[in-house]
Order: sequence, then structure tokens, then C-alpha cells
Amino acid sequence: MKILHKGWLTGPIIGALWALVMAVTLGVAISFASGEAARPALWGALILGALTGLVTVWRGNRWLTDAVAVVVALALMGVGLGALQFGDGFAMASRVALTIVLAGTVAIPLNTILKGLPFGAANRHEFEEAVIRFLTGFGYLFFTAIVIIPFYVMVMTSMKSQQELMLNPLDFTIDLSKGWHLFDSYYELFERFHFGRYLWTSFYVSVLTVALTLLFSVPGAYAVARLRFRGQKVFSRGILLIYMVPMIVLALPIYIAYSMVGLRNSILGIVLIYPVTTIPVALYMLQGYFRGLPVEVEEAGLMDGLSRLKVIWKITLPLALPALASVGLYVFMIAWNEFLLAFMLLDDPNKFTLTRGIASLNSSEIPRQHLMAGAVIATVPIMAIFLGLERFMTRGLTAGAVKG
Amino acid sequence: MTEISPPKGRGALARREARLAWGLLFPTITIVALVVIIPLLAIFWISVKPVQLGDLRPAETRLRVSLRDRGEVAQLEYRVMNPSRTAELHGAGFTDTLPEGVTLTGDLPQGCALSGQTVTCDFGTLAPGYNERFRIDAQITGDPKTAEQAVRDAEPVVRGKADNVLTDSTFTLENFRKLFDSGEFWGVFGVTVFYTVFGTLGALVVGLFAAMLLNKSFKGQGILRGLYLFPYVAPVIAVAFTWITLFDPFSGSANALLVQMGVSQGAINFFGQKPLALIMVTLFEVWRYFPLSFLFILARMQSIDTDMYEAADMDGASPFQKFWYLSLPQLLGILSVLFLLRFIWTFNKFDDIFLLTGGNAGTRTLTVNVYEQAFAISNIGAGAAVAVVVFGCLLIFSAFFFRMISREEGL
Repeated sequence: MKILHKGWLTGPIIGALWALVMAVTLGVAISFASGEAARPALWGALILGALTGLVTVWRGNRWLTDAVAVVVALALMGVGLGALQFGDGFAMASRVALTIVLAGTVAIPLNTILKGLPFGAANRHEFEEAVIRFLTGFGYLFFTAIVIIPFYVMVMTSMKSQQELMLNPLDFTIDLSKGWHLFDSYYELFERFHFGRYLWTSFYVSVLTVALTLLFSVPGAYAVARLRFRGQKVFSRGILLIYMVPMIVLALPIYIAYSMVGLRNSILGIVLIYPVTTIPVALYMLQGYFRGLPVEVEEAGLMDGLSRLKVIWKITLPLALPALASVGLYVFMIAWNEFLLAFMLLDDPNKFTLTRGIASLNSSEIPRQHLMAGAVIATVPIMAIFLGLERFMTRGLTAGAVKG
Repeated sequence: MTEISPPKGRGALARREARLAWGLLFPTITIVALVVIIPLLAIFWISVKPVQLGDLRPAETRLRVSLRDRGEVAQLEYRVMNPSRTAELHGAGFTDTLPEGVTLTGDLPQGCALSGQTVTCDFGTLAPGYNERFRIDAQITGDPKTAEQAVRDAEPVVRGKADNVLTDSTFTLENFRKLFDSGEFWGVFGVTVFYTVFGTLGALVVGLFAAMLLNKSFKGQGILRGLYLFPYVAPVIAVAFTWITLFDPFSGSANALLVQMGVSQGAINFFGQKPLALIMVTLFEVWRYFPLSFLFILARMQSIDTDMYEAADMDGASPFQKFWYLSLPQLLGILSVLFLLRFIWTFNKFDDIFLLTGGNAGTRTLTVNVYEQAFAISNIGAGAAVAVVVFGCLLIFSAFFFRMISREEGL
């Protein structure tokens, strides 16, 4: 590693890597946005980055770096070695414009990444800080891309027609002239596939699940967290153990039992079984929270003559309200996203939950965009709740989300 | 001289507290036992039973009654059947009440008796595939059509059931023998181990990277943190189908992109080729669950004392040294707990692979195998046997986990 601790060597290497990252990012972004071919070229990117990096460590002047990057990028394009190779769909003006944009995205961040890196020998701090800044920049791009691309594809596909999808799978431009016809898939799902009903079913099943879960788990969690009795430790552990039992192992006997009793294909059966899958999670999360509440407040209540149950009702629960909100939201999310049990237990299209409804769209006769529209319909409500109440949701996740 | 000592045993207060605790726990324990403990026992029971999907409804005696006016004589016909080809029916018979206006004149078959308008028959045991018609001469007074309809509408009480395989006393180890003999088992096990180990490690490493990125305050940090949680919060069915759409060999954008960039020549069947499909489902697992490890690790990072870093700065430690010698040891506890928990959960994962590939193209894990055996091959007993194996593995893992967590209490 010592060999690398020279500004004139580190600068071009980091520069070349950064230019490569930017060329790929820009190529993918252009392709996804316009459907036209924009191909990152390995050597073009490496040369552009290395030269820009070298100039940055040599002088460290912002304007000089930017100017050199633009000149090099355009020159490379001129000799056919451009870091971005364009398809026939691009006019000359847009090629030049995009190349300048690329030069900018290479040079401007490089100024920051290589700041403080001397041209000659660099010490360990200067070298490592440059590497870390490079990795940070790369990390933000990488994570944002892998998270956004699937959701982008999901939303855009749902607004396309079958031919458009087959013609150019990369073309995600939205033809705004279609107006409301963009939402034809959604219209069809609500009109012909009863998604309105599924949405409602999913909603009330989830709400009932939250209510039942809290009803059962609050007293249980309080007992385990606060009261002294024999077997308290065993219970704490047992909760965690039950929480780890795979659903598929339980689903099989539940399926058999439901077949025999006739609870299959009924919402009642689903509402009975969902809370049981979430009670262990809720117990685990709530007992942790109850432990964190100060005992003294409750003891004061006891001294003043309240009974234990009154203490729970009048002191502990109001204090635990934020925790109840977190647990409730988390349970709502589990119930809303639940797929396995709904898939196994529901066959009657009149009683589908949303996830079961989407699963029924997965057939070769139903076009892709309907499936994606279904996915959007299922995702949007939970995302809206998540973004609106992120504070509670994040806490709920950290407290209990050891479970997948 | 009396010795003064603290009271022995439990006092009235302690007893009352324990009573209250059990009272509070009672409903929870009951419901959890009902839906977790009993099914677990049931799984063990079923795994040693030769049960097929069709056996869930045991065969019953089937009876069809009809009255036909054949010229001068009317005939009442009872058709008695055993629909099962394999099981005997025990205590088969029926009781039928004839409507007014129909009188039997012919001989009754063996085992039948007539009292007033009620025909009672008992056939004892019916062989598999039993199918017999009993015709009895009858006399109709009044409109024959009405009488025929009335006979058809009468609801006779039918008796006779096959033994229910689930509750009788036949036991077999066939399910387990087949499972371990088929040679398929170790393949499935290997796939499960690959998926679990790399899925867990990948999610941890990627999560650690993401946590380091966000472990500083800057504008938009909250937004990015919310954004990076999306894969976990979205319904699995939505994101799984999105991945399938994205990586579709014919109309998928990923393929189009790769071809356009000159990385690949033709379309790649990401979820349909043997080693690639397994890698893809593992990547999906990493993508979907890195937010979790990222959230946990970030929470731990933000609680590390900053004084330590200041001291390290004074001593001239470089950024990498600070990470290696300060941050990592502090994070080791949470990392190992996370690893074990996620390991168990990835091992138990079913939905993701089921939705992405259905267990085809070399991606069948143990949990998917439970479903395959029980529903695709309709052999409930074999499915239960796999489930028992899964549960056994879980017990081993959780033994490790509890040993670990007692050292790392405070998660």
C-alpha cells in the first residue's frame, strides 16, 4: 500500500475509477430515462478520469480541473473514444451536451474527493481520506440506484401497454398525450379484478390484527417484564423461541386443521390466525419497552392506593403510548404484507386479501402491466404510512425487526 | 435464644403478584399454545403417517336414490357406492324415509328392514370400489312424476366412513426414509446452506457499508435513511414480481440494458438457469434485508462514545485504523447477534424463493421443499417430515443463539 501513497499515482487511479462509476451511472440513467442507447466505454472513461485526477492533484484549481475535464471529454468523443458511446437516436447537440454533463459529474466531485491530496508523497491520513471520500460517493450512488431502480420500473411498467413493453423494454418514457389512459391498468384492476374489495379486505384484516394483537400482548408483556413469578426467565426466552418458528412449519398443520373444520376460504379464519403470528413479535417488543419505563412511577401509584390493574391502565399504558404506536404500525405492516397464509388458505376470489389478489394475477394470460399495477396498489398505502410516521416505524423496526 | 432471620418462603404479597402475573399471561399462553404448540406436535404426528392430500377428507358411503316407473311396475333403486379405491368403509348403511304415496311391494335386500315408511339398511363393511344397485318393486298412488321428485328430494341419512389416516394407529417411517434416500435431500440442504450463509453475510456487509455512509449528520440524511428502508417495508410479493419483470429474459429491462452496453450477447435467463438462479435469489435476499442490518448497526454506531475517537485523533490514528481498532470491536456484539438472528430467519425464509422461482432451477430450499412435497406432490406426510427436519435445525441454531445472547444481552 505504501507505493500508492503518492498523489500523482493515487489521484489518477481514483479519478479513473470515479469516471468509470459516473459513465456507468449516466449510461444507465440515460437508458432508463429515454430508452435510447447510451453505452459507457471502459477505456474512454479511464483516460478521462485519469487525466482529470492528475490535473486535480497537480494544481488543485477548481476551474482548471473542470476545464480540462470538458476539453478531454470532447476530444475523446471527437476521436471516437468517448466515455459514453451514443446510439443513433441522439442528435449532435445532445451528444455534446451529455458529454459536457459527464465531464462535470467527473470533475466537480473529484475536486472534493482529492482535496488535500498533495502531488508528491502523501501521508497515511491524506491517502485514506481520499479513498474514504471516493467510497462514500460511490456508496450513495450505489445504494440509491439499487433501491430506486426496481421501484421506478414497477411504477413505469404499470403505465405502459403490452406492445410498448415488448417493443423496447428500456423505454420508460411516459406518453403524456395518453392522459388518463395511462392508468388503464389500474382502472381495469379495480373494475374487473375487484381490487377495491381486496384493498378493503386487506385493510380491515390488518386493523383487526393490530387490535387483537395489542389486546393479547399488552397484559402478557407487562407480566413478563414487571411482575415477579417463577418461570419468568423461561417465558422471556420462550417468546423469542416461538418468534423463530418458521411459518411454513406451522402453516401445514393449520391448513389441515382448517380443511377439517371448514375455516379455509373464510376471512374469519384469516383474522383468527394473523394475530397469533404477530403476538410473539409484539410481546417481545413490548416487554423490552416496559422494562425501560421507570419502576418508581408505578410504585408511587401503588403506594397511593391504586390496584395493579389500575396502575397498568392509568400509568403504564399512557406512558407506553409511543411504543404501542410503533408496535401497532409494525404489526400492521406484517399483516398487510403477509402472503403465505393468505395464499394457502384462500381460494375464493371473493375473499382474497390484496397480496392473494396479486398472486392470482401472476398468470401468462394477464399482461405484465396489470401485475405491476397490482404491486403499486399494494405498495403505495404501506409506503404512505411509513413515510408519514417514519419516526414510529423506524423505532418499531429496530425494536422487533429481527424477524423477516 | 431466638435467632432473627429473614422470612423463609414466599410471602402473601409475592404470591399475589405471581397469581396476577399468571392471570395476565393466561389468555396469551392459551392462544399461543393453540396455534403454535399444537401444530408443532401435529407436525411430528403427521410426519410418521402415510397421509396424502386427498386423505384429509376420508371417504364416505355414497348413496343415490331414484324411483322409476317401468311400465306396469315402479321400481325404487338404491345405489350404494364406496368412492375410495383403497379404503374399506366401516358401519356402512342408511336410513331413508319414503314419501307418502309410495309403498314397497317387492323383497327387501339383505340387511334391510322396513318399518312404516322408513327403510333402514346396514351393510357392515364395504370393500374398496364397492358399487351395487338394489332394486325394489314399489307401488305409486297418485302422480308418478311428483312421487319421483319426492323420492329424489328425501334426504336419507347415510352412515359409514373409512378410517381416517390422521387419527388411526398406522405409523410409518417411510416419509423419513424416502426423504433421506432420494439423494435429492442433500442437494436441497446444500442450496439452503448456500442461500442462508451468503444471504446473511451479504446483508450484514452491505448493511454495515450503508450504516457507515449514514453515520454522520448532513442535510437529507433522514430522507436517505427512509429511502434505504424501502426494500424491507414494501410487500414481498410486490418487489418479488418487480424483480421478475426487471430480469425477464424476453421483455426485461436488465437484459436490454446488458445487451445494449455490450456486456452480454443475448438474453440471459436470470431466474431459470442453474447456478445463476440461486445467486439471484441470494442477491434478492441481500437487497431486501440489508435495510434491517443497516438500521441496527446504525443505532449501535450512534451510541458509541465520541470521546474515544477524539483520543484516537490525538494519538494520530488514521481513518482506517479508527475503523479497524475502534469501531469494529464495538460493533462486534451487534454484528454477531444480527448474524445469528438473520441466519435463523433466512434459513426459515419461504416466500421470497417461492415467488421468484417456485423452487425451480436449483433454488429449492428446505422450506420450499415442505410446500413442494405437501402440495405439489400431494404427500402431506413427506412435507411434514421435511418440516420436522427444519424444526430440528432451528432448535440447534437457537441453542447457539441463546448462549450468544446471554453474553450479548442488551440487544
